[in-house]
Amino acid sequence: MRPLTETETQALFAKLANYTGNSLKNLIAPLDDSPNGDRYVFRIQNSRCYYVRLSLANLATSISRDKLLSLGTCLGKFTKTGKFRLHITALPILAEHARYKVWVKANGEMPFLYGGHIVKAHVGRWSEDCAEHQGVVVYSMNDTPLGFGVTARSTQEARRLDPTGITCFRQADCGEYLRDEDSLFATN
Amino acid sequence: MGVGRRMKKQGAPEPLDEAHFTNLKRKAGMSVAESRAESQQYTNSKKRRTNGGAEGKGKKNSAGTTSTKGKFTNSLPSQKSAPKKSKKAESVPLPMSDEDMEDDDSDVADLMGDEFDDLSGEEEDGGLGDDFLDSGSEVYDSDEDHRSKPMFSEDEDESDAEEKLTAANIAGLTRKLDEQMAEEAADAQAELEEAALQTNIAGDRPHILDDDSEDEAGIKPKALLAPDLQLLRNRINNTVQALEDFSKRAQEGKSRAEHTAQLIKDICAYYGYSEYLAEKLFNLFPPKEAFAFFEANETARPVVIRTNTLRTHRRDLAQALINRGVTLEPVGKWSKIGLQIFESAVPLGATPEYLAGHYILQAASSFLPVMALAPQEHERVLDMAAAPGGKTTHIAALMKNTGCIFANDSNKSRAKGLIGNIHRLGAKNTIVCNYDAREFPKVIGGFDRVLLDAPCSGTGVIAKDPSVKTNKTEKDFLMLPHLQKQLLLAAIDSVDHNSKTGGYIVYSTCSVTVEENEGVVQYALSRRPNVKLVETGLVFGKEGFTAYMGKTFDKSLKLTRRYYPHAYNVDGFFVSKFKKFGPSPKGSGASNGVSKAMVDELEADKRPVPETEEDEKTDAFGGWDEEEDQAYMERARRAMLKKKGINPKANVGDMSKKPNGKEKKKSKSKDT
Repeated sequence: MRPLTETETQALFAKLANYTGNSLKNLIAPLDDSPNGDRYVFRIQNSRCYYVRLSLANLATSISRDKLLSLGTCLGKFTKTGKFRLHITALPILAEHARYKVWVKANGEMPFLYGGHIVKAHVGRWSEDCAEHQGVVVYSMNDTPLGFGVTARSTQEARRLDPTGITCFRQADCGEYLRDEDSLFATN
Repeated sequence: MGVGRRMKKQGAPEPLDEAHFTNLKRKAGMSVAESRAESQQYTNSKKRRTNGGAEGKGKKNSAGTTSTKGKFTNSLPSQKSAPKKSKKAESVPLPMSDEDMEDDDSDVADLMGDEFDDLSGEEEDGGLGDDFLDSGSEVYDSDEDHRSKPMFSEDEDESDAEEKLTAANIAGLTRKLDEQMAEEAADAQAELEEAALQTNIAGDRPHILDDDSEDEAGIKPKALLAPDLQLLRNRINNTVQALEDFSKRAQEGKSRAEHTAQLIKDICAYYGYSEYLAEKLFNLFPPKEAFAFFEANETARPVVIRTNTLRTHRRDLAQALINRGVTLEPVGKWSKIGLQIFESAVPLGATPEYLAGHYILQAASSFLPVMALAPQEHERVLDMAAAPGGKTTHIAALMKNTGCIFANDSNKSRAKGLIGNIHRLGAKNTIVCNYDAREFPKVIGGFDRVLLDAPCSGTGVIAKDPSVKTNKTEKDFLMLPHLQKQLLLAAIDSVDHNSKTGGYIVYSTCSVTVEENEGVVQYALSRRPNVKLVETGLVFGKEGFTAYMGKTFDKSLKLTRRYYPHAYNVDGFFVSKFKKFGPSPKGSGASNGVSKAMVDELEADKRPVPETEEDEKTDAFGGWDEEEDQAYMERARRAMLKKKGINPKANVGDMSKKPNGKEKKKSKSKDT
C-alpha cells in the first residue's frame, strides 16, 4: 500500500474530473476544521486504487502487503500502460459529486443493469447543456444510482435522435457486482 | 428444558395419511370435497369402463361396494356390532382429520346431516326413495358435486332403473349400507383410540420394538429394500410417545435404552442421518422435542432480507419490493431491519434494489450475533471470520460507517464475495485482510469489540445443507472445537480491556452441539480468568446448558443463548458474549504479542487430536524418520551458508559430514 505518484494522480484526477467537474476538490477536502483533522486520501494496493480515510489507511499499515485485500472504497485500477479504469465500486463517490446526470425510466433499468447502453426511449430526464462524450452518472427515477457512462451525443443533438438511438454509452453498471465479481476485486 | 413453542401449539406432527394428499390437491386450488370427489370419480369411471357401460341399479351399486371394500381394507374387525353404534353417531358430525375440520367443518356437517336425515327417514319408512339411492351410491359426502359433473351420464338412467328395483336389490343395498356404517363406526373407533393416545389414557400398547430374532434375521433383506416410510414414521411416533410416558406406554419387557436405540435407528433410516450424528443431536433434547427438531430440519427456513440502513429505510425498501410483486412482512418485533419474504415474482438476488445495495439476503439467525455485539460508533471492531460479509456490513451499518472494521477471512476465494458485498452495500470503514485468524493479536490488537462467528459443523443449518447429515464424523467434533478454542482465545487476547465503550467479545456458531458451544466457552473461561460472560441483550432464545451428560459447566453459561429451528423457526444457532475486564495473563496477552501465538498453540494443544487410531498405536512419541529429516537439515544448512555468504556448493564435501555426525549422535542417544 502506498500513496499515488504524480503521474498516477494526474491520470486518476483527469478521469474523475470527467464526471465530477469542479467539485473534484471536495473529494479531498478535510472532513473538519481541526488542524490534524481526518481527510480522505488515495492509496494504491495491488494496482487497485482505494479512496479511504487517512486514519483508516494508517491502521491498515499493520496488515502485510500480501494479506491486505481491500480497504475503504475501491475506485478502480491502473492498467499496465498507466491508464486508469474506473470500477463500478466507485459509483457512490461519483454519485455524490456528479455534475451531469441521466435518469432512466423503470422500463430502462433492467436493460441498463444487464449491460446495455441507454437508448433515447428509456431516458426519463437528463441534465441540460451536456456536451458530447461527457461523463454522466445514471440514476433510476427514484434517484438510486445505477451506474455511469459517457454521453453519445450532446443534449441538443440527442433531441433530434429517434427513440432507439443510443444517448449514453455504458461504462459500468451495478449488474457487474453479479457478472464480474471474479475480475472486479484483486484477490489473486 | 421446556417444550418448544411450536410443540405447544401443534403437538407432535401427525402421521401421514390420505388426508395429507387430498390437502396437497386442495392447495392446488380445490376444496376437499372436490378433490375427493375427483378421486372417487376416477375410480368410479374406471369401474364403469370395466363394466362395459352396464346399466341397472344393482350392478352399479355392486361396483360401488367393491370399490369401497378395496379402499378400507384396514377397517377394524368390530363391524358386526357397528350399525347400532353408528346410529348414535348420526347426530354428531363424523370425525375427520383435524385439518379437514378446520376448513370445511360447516359444509361437511351440513352434507352429512342431509344424508343422514335421508337415511333415517328411509329406514323408518322401510322404502327407498330417489334421494336415498343417489346418496347411498356414494361413500363420500360430496355426491352433490358428482351429480353436477357431466361425467355422470348415468343419472338419467337411474330413474328407469329404479323402477326395476327388486327385493334382491334392496337386500343388497341394505347389506351395503350396513358395511358403510360399519366402516364409519370403525373410523370413529380409531379416532377415539387416537384421542385416548393423546390424552395419555392407557389403551393398547403399540408394538414398538422389533423382536430380536426378527431384528437379526431381518436386517439384511431390509437393508436392501427401501424402508417403508409411513411405517417408520408411525413407529417413531409411537416410540416418542412411549419415551414421554414410559411407565404407561412403553412396550413391556423393554428398557428405556432399547426404546431410545430403536428410535435413533428409525430416525437414521427415515431422515438419512449418520448414526453418530443422530445420537449426538438426539441427546440434546427430550424425545418429543428431538423429533420436532429432526422434523424441522426437513423444511426450509423462511427467506429473510436485511435492510441496508446505510442506503435506505425498511419502509421504503418494503414499498419498492411490494411494487415488484414481492410478498413480505417484518421478520419480528426483535428486529427493525429484517423483512421476511413469503413470495416473490422476481429473483430477489437480482432486483435493481439488490444491485444498488439496499438489502442483503441474510438468515434471521445471522442478525443475532451482531445484535449481541452491539457495536458503537467510532469503535475499532474485528470480524474474525467475515465472509460472505452479511455480519460485517451489518456492523458497518450499526456504526454508521464511522470507526474501523477489520474484516478477516482465511479463505481468499470467499473473500471475493466479502469485498463485493462490502462495496455493494457501501461500507467505507472496512479493511479486508486474509490472515489465519489465530494470528490475530500479533497482527493488530487493541480492539473495542471482536466478533467470532466460528467455523463449525453446521448442525444448526441442516435444512440449508443436508450433506451435514452424513459427512460429519467423530473426528470433526474433535478438530472443530480444537480450532474454535484457539480462535476464541485469540479473539479474547485481541480485545482492549481498557476500552471505554467496549471490551466485548461475541462468540457464535451455527451449530447446536455442546462440544462446539458450551464446551468452547467453558474452556475460554478456564483459560482466561480476565473474561466473564455477560447478558447477550437478545430478547429471545433458550439458555445455554450448565450441565450436560455428566459434565458441569460454569453457572454463568446460562447467560448464553441457544436457538433451534423447531422453537423459533430460525437456523440453529448459539450466541455468547464475553466482557474482558483485565489484561490477559502474562505470556498470552497482547502485550507479549510475538510469542503469543506460540503460547496459545501450546495451551490449546494440551489435548492433542489423534489423527487416526493407527498413528497412535505405531508411534506414540511421534517417531523419527531419519531420511526425511536429512533432507530438511540439508536444506537448512544450505540456507544458512547462503545467508553467511558462503557458496553452499563450494565445500559440499566437508560440511555435509557435520550434520550427519550430529544425526548419528542423536540417534545413538535415542537408542540408549
